[in-house]
Amino acid sequence: MSVATAEPAPDAGAANYFFAGSTIRSWLLTHDHKRIALLYFMSITVFFFIGGAAATLIRLELVEPAGWLVSSDTYNRLFTMHGVVMVWFFLIPAVPNTVGNFMIPLMLGARDLAFPRLNLLSWYIYTLGGLFTVYALLVGGVDTGWTFYTPFSSMFSNSNVVWALVGVFITGFSSILTGLNFIVTIHKLRAPGLTWYRMPVFLWSLYATSVILVLATPVLAITLLLLAIERIFRIGIFDPSIGGDPLLFQHLFWFYSHPAVYIMILPGMGVVSEIIPCFARKPLFGYKFVVWCSMAIAAIGFLVWGHHMFVAGMSMYAGLVFSLLSYLVSVPSAIKVFNWTATLHRGWIRYDAPMLYALGFIGLFTTGGLTGLFLAALAVDVHVTDTYFVVAHFHYIMVGGMVTAFFAGLHYWWPKISGRMYPEYWARMAALLIFFGFNLTFFPQFILGYLGMPRRYHTYPPEFQFWHVLSSAGAAVLAVAYLMPLGYLGWSVFRGKPAGDNPWRATGLEWQTSSPPPEHNFAVTPTVTRGPYEYTPDPVPQNA
Amino acid sequence: MNRLQFWPQSASAAATEVDHLFIALLVVSFLVLGLVFGLMIYFGTKYRAGSTADRSDEHLKSWRWEVAWTTVTLLMFLALFFWGGDLYARLYRPPPNALDIYIVGKQWMWKAQHADGQAEINELHVPVGRPVRLVMTSQDVIHSFYVPAFRLKHDVLPGRYEMLWLEATVAGTYPLFCAEFCGTDHSRMGGRIVVMAPAAYERWLAARGPSSTMAQQGEALFRQLGCSGCHGANSTVRAPPLEGLYGRPVPLQGGGTVIADDQYIRDSILLPKSQIAAGYAAVMPSFAGQIEEEDVLKLTAYLRSLATAAPPPENPPPENAPPENTPTRAPR
Repeated sequence: MSVATAEPAPDAGAANYFFAGSTIRSWLLTHDHKRIALLYFMSITVFFFIGGAAATLIRLELVEPAGWLVSSDTYNRLFTMHGVVMVWFFLIPAVPNTVGNFMIPLMLGARDLAFPRLNLLSWYIYTLGGLFTVYALLVGGVDTGWTFYTPFSSMFSNSNVVWALVGVFITGFSSILTGLNFIVTIHKLRAPGLTWYRMPVFLWSLYATSVILVLATPVLAITLLLLAIERIFRIGIFDPSIGGDPLLFQHLFWFYSHPAVYIMILPGMGVVSEIIPCFARKPLFGYKFVVWCSMAIAAIGFLVWGHHMFVAGMSMYAGLVFSLLSYLVSVPSAIKVFNWTATLHRGWIRYDAPMLYALGFIGLFTTGGLTGLFLAALAVDVHVTDTYFVVAHFHYIMVGGMVTAFFAGLHYWWPKISGRMYPEYWARMAALLIFFGFNLTFFPQFILGYLGMPRRYHTYPPEFQFWHVLSSAGAAVLAVAYLMPLGYLGWSVFRGKPAGDNPWRATGLEWQTSSPPPEHNFAVTPTVTRGPYEYTPDPVPQNA
Repeated sequence: MNRLQFWPQSASAAATEVDHLFIALLVVSFLVLGLVFGLMIYFGTKYRAGSTADRSDEHLKSWRWEVAWTTVTLLMFLALFFWGGDLYARLYRPPPNALDIYIVGKQWMWKAQHADGQAEINELHVPVGRPVRLVMTSQDVIHSFYVPAFRLKHDVLPGRYEMLWLEATVAGTYPLFCAEFCGTDHSRMGGRIVVMAPAAYERWLAARGPSSTMAQQGEALFRQLGCSGCHGANSTVRAPPLEGLYGRPVPLQGGGTVIADDQYIRDSILLPKSQIAAGYAAVMPSFAGQIEEEDVLKLTAYLRSLATAAPPPENPPPENAPPENTPTRAPR
């Protein structure tokens, strides 16, 4: 803590946000972005383990080619639930609504988000949507896949499609409100001197993410509404037998769901852009390039949805255009990887747990990104789309990339959030185990995919078994590795040694207040005088 | 455990070409991964905290690096785009002399019909060395016709005809999968592709040969379903004549024309109100729910066989004009 903020607020440490009120009411009606972030932490953790349980059962089932544990209908419900829960109730809110919610005002030098009540409402809407989805699960589940393709979902499926649609539909409003809140906050509540180009990249990526959230989510809402109308009232929108067009659904769905991929990965890239400079004791290489790459990804990301449909019955020319645009959208991601790598050059690199997670992110994200090039290459996509190759590809991006980045951010900011240090040894072990387990789970799936193993198969030809068994073994490792942070982070809340205000000696404003932060974040509003990553290699805080 | 596979079987020229592109992508990927991991390990070791490596020279930090790696990346991506796109375009367009086979997907089976009338379920026999064009549609939900050994896949949609063409090069039996999730038994909706030497294929066709071709079966249906009652030469209802219709432009009520192709004929049978031929009343009943997609294909084959027949005179007088019997085989 700098001397300037310590003097006027002697009680700042005592009255930290966590102990600002102890009643349940003080939590459920809080307007404090930090407490709301913790509410989100709890909710997404619950959903992560629901989705993870489904994944565990899927991998268990696939050990045997003919299946041995569940029926085909149950299997179909398992992978649908896994997808729906992980995408909408874990991955999309994971970084923005937890770490983002907690850190945006702190990194901006603000007291809270622009609309604290809206922030709380957003959590309630998310929870309500989650309850509908859990209800759909409890009354028997959904068997359409998370993509809800028509006319199967609208006219043929005998499962609880509508309840799941309602859940996802409602949760969308939470996304929109959060996006709106972040955009306004970043525009209006930057501390004096915090110009756009002095903002940490994490804030830029959340800004780009928020723009997508606000623009894309309404399209999802409309699409799901149309699907529900066709399913309930039999009005022909997507089913050709009553005059609809099934491809229309796919266009609308991917117009949201492809940008949604960037909703999931951009915040992760932001987290990593904070951690690499901090632990390399170097300014981020090519700050402005990284920043504008985020914005470029957000913009071009809206124009590539058709690459999910190369064999779906689009025209050949549409396929060519979408392929070209898909290559273009991957250029900014490649630039980011090069910039992160170049940041390491001539640094003073330390390998604390956040850095291990961040480096793991770069490796896994790069692999995921490179295999995206395979899928953008039209003729190869014809062979590997809808196979395990695609499954492996997007898990490398979303789990290898996004979930690893989430853990990186969680470990990096944990001392700020909880005021405690976690046991470093266990955190490093978990980071290594996640990297190993992840690769063991998903690398074999690339091979399976090229061999021709279609996705969403309950049973499969026996020649694929070896790779499935390998993948399931990896999943077992991964399951243990994902449980570890729950254990040692939980332990650290009670037993961890006090972290101090700035254990990483980082430059960001969030590190210049106490840990955990006081209810209103800063005793004195900081004045920013410099860019975000002035490690020379000694850190120069942004408000120094 | 079964025999371990590292690379899929190949049974077509396209498969080899796709493999080449895939290998090129693998090489690019491993080079990039090698570069990124190599640099991370090299920097990570040399510049670890506490090492004595020289860190003084700062002039390397430059926008020139950004321009350099952006340009190289972009050029490499464009090359991959052209390679993949060119191959895709060739895989997309069937050669004109292709043999047509009709595929209908339904929960959870594949049905195939050959022009000579042979029908199969969950199997498809094709000859070596001859381009085959599959004309595919679905009875219910979206399916996807996938043959890994050909590196080919295409979605099969209800309500429209999708094309996929292939030319097998190696005789043998290869798995066929459904690649688009279609419900309970999606993972069991498969079968096999039997690629045969041309002579063996002809023998198979002859041994399987039913008494009538697809067009003849369509003609029988045409009578059985009562189509001839209105469209026949002797009918009293004024319906468009179908002789010589196939492949020609049809003026539509309300303006515009449409080419009378497979899709138009299908829609006219199942959704007759959607496009009404100019000058005729919309009195045709829909046959949706009464006939299967295979029957539609047979009826279409029959109308195709009438393509070269002379249309009867406008408003034909009810005289004893016999329904013409045209050549049975109608390759496009």
